[in-house]
Amino acid sequence: MRTERAISGPAATWLKKRNRISTVEIAFWLTTLLPFVLFPSYLSLASQIAIAALFALSVDLVLGYAGIITLGHAMFFGLGAYAAAVLAKHGWGEPLTGLLAAALIAGVAGFVTSFIIVRVQHLALIMITLGLGLLTYELANSFSSITGGTDGLSVEIWPVLGIFDFDLWGYTAYGYALAALFIGVLAARRIVNSSFGLALTGIRENSARMPAIGSVYRVHLQKIYVISASMAGVAGALLAETTGTVSLDTLSFQRSADVVVMLILGGTGRLYGGIIGAIIFLVARDRLSDLNPQYWYFWIGLLLMAIVLVMPGGVLGGLARLFQRNAK
Amino acid sequence: MLKKTATALGLGFGLALAMSSTALAGGTVKVGLILPLSGQFADTGAQIERGVKLYMQEHGDEAAGKKIELVVKDTGGPNPDVAKRLAQELVVRDKADIIAGFGLTPEALGAASVATEAKKLMVDMNAATSVVTEKSPYIVRTSMTIPQVNYAFGKWAAEQGIKHAYTIVADYGPGHDAEKSFAKGFEEKGGKIVGADHSPVANPDFSAYVQRIKAANPEAVYIFIPGGAQPAAIGKALAEKGLTPPDTKILAQGELTLPEALQSMGQTAKGIITAFHYTLERDDPLNKKFVAAYEKANNGRAPDFFSVGGYDGMHLIYAALEKTKGDASGDALVAAAKGMSWESPRGPISIDPETRDIVQNVYIREVKEVDGKLQNVIIDTIKDVKDPLHGAK
Amino acid sequence: MIGNLIVVLFDGFAFGMLLFVLSVGLSVTLGLMNFTNLAHCAFGMLGGYCVVVAMRSLDMPFLLALPLAFIIAALVSVAFERTIFRRLYRAGELNQVLLTIGLVFVAAASFAYFFGTGQQPIVLPDYLQGSVEIGTLRFGAYRIFLVVMALLIAGLLVVGLEHTRFGARIRAAVDNQRVAQGLGLDVDSIFAVTFALGSGLAGLGGALAIEIVGLDPSFGFHYLVYVLIVVAVGGLGSIGGSFVAAALLGIFDVTGKFFVPDIGAFLIYLFMVVLLFVRPLGLFGKR
Repeated sequence: MRTERAISGPAATWLKKRNRISTVEIAFWLTTLLPFVLFPSYLSLASQIAIAALFALSVDLVLGYAGIITLGHAMFFGLGAYAAAVLAKHGWGEPLTGLLAAALIAGVAGFVTSFIIVRVQHLALIMITLGLGLLTYELANSFSSITGGTDGLSVEIWPVLGIFDFDLWGYTAYGYALAALFIGVLAARRIVNSSFGLALTGIRENSARMPAIGSVYRVHLQKIYVISASMAGVAGALLAETTGTVSLDTLSFQRSADVVVMLILGGTGRLYGGIIGAIIFLVARDRLSDLNPQYWYFWIGLLLMAIVLVMPGGVLGGLARLFQRNAK
Repeated sequence: MLKKTATALGLGFGLALAMSSTALAGGTVKVGLILPLSGQFADTGAQIERGVKLYMQEHGDEAAGKKIELVVKDTGGPNPDVAKRLAQELVVRDKADIIAGFGLTPEALGAASVATEAKKLMVDMNAATSVVTEKSPYIVRTSMTIPQVNYAFGKWAAEQGIKHAYTIVADYGPGHDAEKSFAKGFEEKGGKIVGADHSPVANPDFSAYVQRIKAANPEAVYIFIPGGAQPAAIGKALAEKGLTPPDTKILAQGELTLPEALQSMGQTAKGIITAFHYTLERDDPLNKKFVAAYEKANNGRAPDFFSVGGYDGMHLIYAALEKTKGDASGDALVAAAKGMSWESPRGPISIDPETRDIVQNVYIREVKEVDGKLQNVIIDTIKDVKDPLHGAK
Repeated sequence: MIGNLIVVLFDGFAFGMLLFVLSVGLSVTLGLMNFTNLAHCAFGMLGGYCVVVAMRSLDMPFLLALPLAFIIAALVSVAFERTIFRRLYRAGELNQVLLTIGLVFVAAASFAYFFGTGQQPIVLPDYLQGSVEIGTLRFGAYRIFLVVMALLIAGLLVVGLEHTRFGARIRAAVDNQRVAQGLGLDVDSIFAVTFALGSGLAGLGGALAIEIVGLDPSFGFHYLVYVLIVVAVGGLGSIGGSFVAAALLGIFDVTGKFFVPDIGAFLIYLFMVVLLFVRPLGLFGKR
């Protein structure tokens, strides 16, 4: 990362310390391997959770770390999904290059829109992200010759690395999505624990002050927005590739809203908040809708309300406070 | 190492499949029902499920000596990725023998590959785009296709002497299909389309589009919009601008005059002509019995075309199982379903052995007041209509 | 052609007025009280179902059912405000978002459970059906009614909030809670009443909306986006702003669809994005 100038002294040691992987983290990643052995029939669910977690992580980078509240991130998710699917439709179903293409397309879209995003704040910012997302949705509906319109596209994806075919159980899908999520988290934690990441947090806390201490805050914001857009694009492409289909709902407001709900549920600005949120939200949804396919969202609603009232700041925020209190 | 794991996984998978086929030999056949039961299409899913459940209530939960077990899943749709995952889970976890439901085309397309891979019968109880049945040799449809109804309707309209029509359809796949097939039928018989507009799928207010139609002052208007809030909205907008029969002929696919829409449009709906494959008020003992039983089971809610799609889908499953003597493998059931024909509450229907798609009557109905209540009264029947698009490309 | 234009402008204005009634309450709660209430349209939905029940089961006339929608939505919202929402006034917008979205889920499921997922049509009295002809032009009777209602509500709100003692109290309480409390104002009840007013207006809006856009359990989600657009474009906390924004949005949407129907779906979003980029505080926003 170019912004990471060579810094030394106590600041560098502090950053390095923050960057160290904790035992809790190692334990967490080992747990993510359990579904392979313990619940193989839940692997396709697990793969969709991993994808949602990666998407939530991308939103955390802008929302949690840079303070950009977005209700339109599905725009990048969907663009990534379509990038991979359209490529496959035209005869190139190689998954890894599909991810690259998705990152590129979503990143470019992120770069273009970032010029608008960094110039507005508060409600206007939320509404512009929402508006851009909805406009992209309508565009995709209009260009149905490319996107397949409401019917969407179903595509043939080649085996990952030429070996692992996407199977009915979801072994490949989960392994693939989990690997992507792991790399995404590694990348994200490097970013947020760099001097660039600290500058972002500074902007979030006080956007008027940062320029005063010489921080080019708009450029910083644009940069993180592009990174986040690419990551969301990769998540979208993962969904398109692991399911072999893509449709307009990948771009929908519903998806933008869901991911923000998952992130707040888990806790913002904590890297793992989105992952925890995605796990809780989607597992609860799966279990509840199994028990009660018609009215499950009543219970989801109650769950969300309860979590806000009991643990404002999300599950991780609540846990962090609990530990702090015990440590005192 | 990688290769080894892959082989091991493959082995495990094979074993599991073997296990699932032994489970088959037991006394139950599991039917996985994948429907949108929450979100904006919740009503579609709910009506299909009610149709399915009514059939099971009337015919018991046994077919060919096997117990039929239903597993219901919600997609919250339109969500093809969720639909595909649910189909996968139904096959690998619940060991479902048949997957059914599918309220929306993208969801049916998403799950199609699972049906092919797992070799399971997939009954499409609603999704109405022609191409669905072509996506897997295991798909059989018991609902309708949009070209089926509207191509026939277009021809019929021109044969009635209507020369000029203005079309307005919802701006999405099904709307475009409806526009194209109506226009094709209409123009083949000498009619002329004088204007064609697309309204956004989630359009709350139709005044602008209706004003455009009024400015063009056509002889007839053809409308296709999804069910829900829009039929009443466009119906009322037409009435407000004075575009009502008999001065302007209003033609539409049946959604426009569903009972709730008629209730809210009131007298201005009189004279609207629609084409559809199911008519609630069709005078036929089987239909009367179906409607009465349905309303009794569901607190007075009347059945609609979604319900009958689910009801007939279930009939297809039962009848196919009887024919295979309980063999629930996909190949046997599809073979049994091909060419099957029966008397449904909507009238005589059959499954085209070549396309696995439904063949049925298209009813032309006019809104009239019967005993003080607005109804769709059948004024003409076009018999045994096939989807015109299959094999056309 | 001119005739067409007049009718289209009127239709757009009337549609805008519907948006105004639906959203002005949110402008009050979000703009004045700073509470991000995404459940606003859920209260609108409550108002809608109130009218349906009142007209169908109690045989109430439509005009009498409207105030009932207002009152019930207001009362229910106060119950929520007193027990749940007030805990979150200082908890930050993200917590408010999560809580109120949760409430929308609960509301949608509850209405689906009790009323089913289908549309709930109502039958209007004859004098609100059909159209009024002026010269060669036809104006929908219900649209005229909508415009009158909206003007009435806007007038009452402006007078009530800006020219009465109670309005002064509300403004004082939301501007600076501490000082207001120090001056002996009962800030707690003022907040409750303001919240009730906002949600009551939503209930009324939901009731008025049935005839134009229908009513089913997804209403609470479906119209949230429109309502947020009106509030953002109008500027937070500005009643006049919401009025102008709603009128402009309605007119822009309907005339746009009339002249360039192919981009009908884009118009409202395009209008919002461009306007907010140029004026991030909205048309009449102050902060």
